[in-house]
Amino acid sequence: MRNDPSNMRLTRRGFTSVALAASAAFALPLPAAALDVAEARGLIDKAVADVNGIINSGRSESQMFGDFEKVFVKYADVPIIARSALGVAARSASAGQLSAFTKAYQGYISRKYGRRFREFIGGSIEVVDAKPIKSYYEVISVATLKGEAPFDLRWHVSDKSGRNLFFNIIIEGVNMLASERTEIGALLDKNGGDLDKLIGQLKTI
Amino acid sequence: MIRQLPSFSFAASRYSRGGGVFVLIACLSLSACARQPAPEGVNDPNEAVNRHVHAFNRGVDKALLRPAASAYGTIVPEPVERGVKNFATNLDVPGDVVNDLLQAKAGDALHNTARFLVNSTVGIGGLFDPATPMVLTGAPTDFGETLHVWGSKEGRYVEVPFLGPSTTRDFAGTLVDVGLNPLRLVFEAPETYWMTGAKVASTLGDRSRYSETVDSILYDSADSYAQARLLYLQNRRFELGQTEGGADAGDDVNFEDPYAQ
Repeated sequence: MRNDPSNMRLTRRGFTSVALAASAAFALPLPAAALDVAEARGLIDKAVADVNGIINSGRSESQMFGDFEKVFVKYADVPIIARSALGVAARSASAGQLSAFTKAYQGYISRKYGRRFREFIGGSIEVVDAKPIKSYYEVISVATLKGEAPFDLRWHVSDKSGRNLFFNIIIEGVNMLASERTEIGALLDKNGGDLDKLIGQLKTI
Repeated sequence: MIRQLPSFSFAASRYSRGGGVFVLIACLSLSACARQPAPEGVNDPNEAVNRHVHAFNRGVDKALLRPAASAYGTIVPEPVERGVKNFATNLDVPGDVVNDLLQAKAGDALHNTARFLVNSTVGIGGLFDPATPMVLTGAPTDFGETLHVWGSKEGRYVEVPFLGPSTTRDFAGTLVDVGLNPLRLVFEAPETYWMTGAKVASTLGDRSRYSETVDSILYDSADSYAQARLLYLQNRRFELGQTEGGADAGDDVNFEDPYAQ
């Protein structure tokens, strides 16, 4: 059977899945080799270039929201960020609930931070340094907004998902994961601890 | 204002001499200037009271500050707003110099002194900020930081009526800073009224300029008290250099490993 050449022929469905796999592989920002300082820095350099491109593109705000979501999905480990935001509640959630939550959370966070990126229009972000910390890497950048003093923007990058992705952003010491956990925890409380209700609410805000 | 400068520099030189000796004594007697372990988590035993104060502050913002800031931002042209902010910020710099000296940071003291002199003269009494393009960017500090340098711990989290998030250490620092600014000693009424007025206007300008950020915390988050507390503590620890990461720096309290959870 294994050597049967007819099995080697690419059927249409087979071709589609190979093509999908290939395009997924090319969509990887960097090969999933062991991560080092240069690669971590390279990842954020690319993400920052994309973000700078968007904020200076002159496109409409609603178009920018969509662009930001794409950048976020491409360079961030969305499932781990969602899981961390959910906190201890993630442990008792079913696999189905977790994936529904991750999906709802991705849209929610893109809208939320996309709205804030309006303040970045006309500004720029520049990567200045990268260093290893414990089991991952910190990439340090400086954001300069119109008429404001430059501020410190850090990205935490890991390859533990199998790809090199960032999982946390720290703005002047303020940690996105911790802030998100506080917010999602409060929203879950408001929904009486009901994860399905929370998922429903996230889709609307 | 500029005519008053000689008397100010006299006051400053008096301060610097006294400050230097004071720091020396403080370091010897407290054997301080030693680093406290970075604080972790949230120390908020008075949360119930703080939440009441937070609700009060939110009410004050909604009824007074937010509408006043919105009017200010609409009426006052941007360059004037910037001038007012520059002026108010410049008035704080002599106090920063005093704190730099108390922290035994001679370099920062010189930096801030140069900044104050340039902006007070070339910058026409501080209305403009020519010092920043001259690489004399602002290096603000406060007595809360001085207490930190002397070895004081962060203390409890407090939300102060009208002022917002703070800690017991930093609120004590805020009270001291009011009296610590040499300009308050040099000037009398009516100049001091101008100082206070500039401060109020500058606060309105900030509330207006950062309205989206402030609104998102106060009115859009599910628990604005917890969110404001988290943002304040994390940002403050960052300002004080307590969250500097690094492989050799031991534990960075700001560091999370979601993959380990």
